[in-house]
Amino acid sequence: MRTIGRMTTTHYDAIVIGSGISGGWAAKELCERGLKTLVLERGRDVQHIKDYPTMSLRRWDFDLRGENPRAWNEVNPLISRAAGYDATTKHFFVKDEDHPYVQEKPFLWVRGYQVGGKSLIWGRACARWAPMDFTMPQRLGYGIAWPIGYDDVAPWYGHVENFIGVCGSQEGIETMPDGDYLPAYELNMVEQHLRRVLKDKFGRHYVSGRWAHVTEARDIHLKQGRGTCRNRNLCMRGCPFGGYFSSNASTLPWAAKTGNLTVRPHSVVHSVLYDETTKQASGVKVIDANTHEELVFNAKVIFVNASALNSTLILLNSKSQRFPNGLGNDNGLLGKYVGFHNYRAGMGAEIEGFKDAYYEVYKPAESIIPNFRNVHKQDADFVGGYVIFTGASRRLIDDNDTHGETIGAKYKEAISKPGKWTAYMYMQGETVPKASNHVRLSPDKKDRWGIPQLVVSVGYDDNDDRMVNDFLNEGRKMFEAAGFKNIKTNDSHQPPGLDIHEMGGVRMGADAKTSLLNAHNQMHLCKNVFVTDGACMTSTGSQSPSILYMALTARAANYAADQLKQHGEIV
Amino acid sequence: MDRRELLRSIAALTGCAFIGAERAFAAAADSGAYTPAQIALLDEIAETILPRTDTPGAKDAQVGAYIARYSTACYTPANLNVLRAGLGDIDTRSRKEYGVDFVRCSGEQKRKLLIDIDAEAKRRAQMLGENSEQPPHWFTLCKQLTLLSFFTSEAGTTRVSRYSPVPGPYKGVVAYKGETFWAW
Repeated sequence: MRTIGRMTTTHYDAIVIGSGISGGWAAKELCERGLKTLVLERGRDVQHIKDYPTMSLRRWDFDLRGENPRAWNEVNPLISRAAGYDATTKHFFVKDEDHPYVQEKPFLWVRGYQVGGKSLIWGRACARWAPMDFTMPQRLGYGIAWPIGYDDVAPWYGHVENFIGVCGSQEGIETMPDGDYLPAYELNMVEQHLRRVLKDKFGRHYVSGRWAHVTEARDIHLKQGRGTCRNRNLCMRGCPFGGYFSSNASTLPWAAKTGNLTVRPHSVVHSVLYDETTKQASGVKVIDANTHEELVFNAKVIFVNASALNSTLILLNSKSQRFPNGLGNDNGLLGKYVGFHNYRAGMGAEIEGFKDAYYEVYKPAESIIPNFRNVHKQDADFVGGYVIFTGASRRLIDDNDTHGETIGAKYKEAISKPGKWTAYMYMQGETVPKASNHVRLSPDKKDRWGIPQLVVSVGYDDNDDRMVNDFLNEGRKMFEAAGFKNIKTNDSHQPPGLDIHEMGGVRMGADAKTSLLNAHNQMHLCKNVFVTDGACMTSTGSQSPSILYMALTARAANYAADQLKQHGEIV
Repeated sequence: MDRRELLRSIAALTGCAFIGAERAFAAAADSGAYTPAQIALLDEIAETILPRTDTPGAKDAQVGAYIARYSTACYTPANLNVLRAGLGDIDTRSRKEYGVDFVRCSGEQKRKLLIDIDAEAKRRAQMLGENSEQPPHWFTLCKQLTLLSFFTSEAGTTRVSRYSPVPGPYKGVVAYKGETFWAW
């Protein structure tokens, strides 16, 4: 990978804004198709392995065994709440003071500004959407139609799964289609029990989840320099084996091997430039993060992959005579219909028995109960579906078998053994995209690069509350049916954002009056600009979205490459 | 198994949600750095809770120094004061019952004293419930940090529980025959 401070050229075939999970995929596909591609990344460079400073440290190597001091968290009250954020991973997250934004409603925006973006620190869940996920919002009247369906995406899911490596079992479940999977993580005894109970008593599925882990390396993974996952379960520090997928381990080095890739870190994109003559985007205006120098790079095609809200921000800030309200924004919908995933509720339970069973050793994965609500018709007092992430394990330092000992040698011996089995569930729920859930540019507040701050006005509604209640009821019923005891439920009311699944803002649709992007993720009104990250989402579905972004990106990039080959430009 | 799970376990064990940086009470006066004598006292308490047997104990894992470091860096000033005031109380109490400071008590005296204090701490935790604004019992803090410190130390992790830094294939089902748990 070439990383340059002084550019030798400012003209490229393609520019990709962002190097995270979708930007990396855009770079890979465009470079493989022979396009000279510039990837602009606002953060610093992070090279695979070399820039993973904590990857091999043991817990006791850290001053506070991995925890951050209180003083650190107090000056980073927002980012320190992000999943997986601690002293072992904090270098892959922003600091609060560096990147202010305006919370019109509570919204905790989690960002990771570096080459690779949040692909270093993502959750790695990779289930496919079901065909109905693309159609239910319109059928039940809580959204517009997607301009594409499952069949359009399915081959691209396969394309991505094969390359990144996704583990999973073939299950034949209607609401969670199978893909091209590596061997699944085995369920433990309690999980197998729950699987049987759900099938027998509810007709529901309990499945080992689908994760971007190379459980058995294929040739394509070895060619990337990646190996089989060793299950260290320290993923978010960066993996020395490339056991999980990240841009850094996979797509970016692959793109670099073509000789067509240039990555420019420290490049804060100000706006996409519109050429009133050609009626296309001519390039991108960049502010160097360190020198604050303004630079312009030109290209025939531009992929916007800056993460959902940042892609929206860049387009809102891309003002021209033709588009005074942001690029392609004649209908005023840019920044609207922002959705997310509802992660508010969870529960835990204790299980008697199964004491003769254990597991070895660590599993960087969870099980999943695919959506069972509103599958063909509305059968609940809310719209949308939810999936449940779940698992079971034996407690550490349990006082269950201490026989009343609380101090001393017998106590120490008892609590050093695996304790009672416990199980948990937490929900990941679809939310309804609404015009009122929106982001816009602050009229007066700017960041240190002179770019308007984003005002985020996104919150829950009654539908979300009813879904939470349904999950809490159904989850309890499933645990009770399995004979689990001491069930404790919790609705955290955590602000949106912590799900790190923000979606929409530049949504796809068949009609230019009600959407910004067409079926190929092209802007209806500026055809050589493609948006293929979370911003493009027409609805949120209930499955983890990253692999859909990757599939849509690969699909759009190949479409763009076809266009350039056929016409010499995007038409 | 991750850190959060470890903290949940410690919470279940002490009957009180794990107290780290999260709970904020009104700030209290800074009581300065731990003295070597206080660290030695923490070591003595921790060793009584988790003594050396055929495997390392709390002193082998330098638990006292870690409790001092952790509570100074992560606790609110109020909780830090609760913990440190408790270290004074325990000497007052051991002098009253046995005529000497805690560190000079016999092993059995130390054990009996801590069993009583542990029971008092559990009763207080029960009384306070989950969302109390009241400060916890000092021994709840002390025991939580003893367990956290010991089972995340090198000695506790690798020589008391089992540890596998690069495990390889995952097995969902293995027969359990009384071994110690897999640490993380």
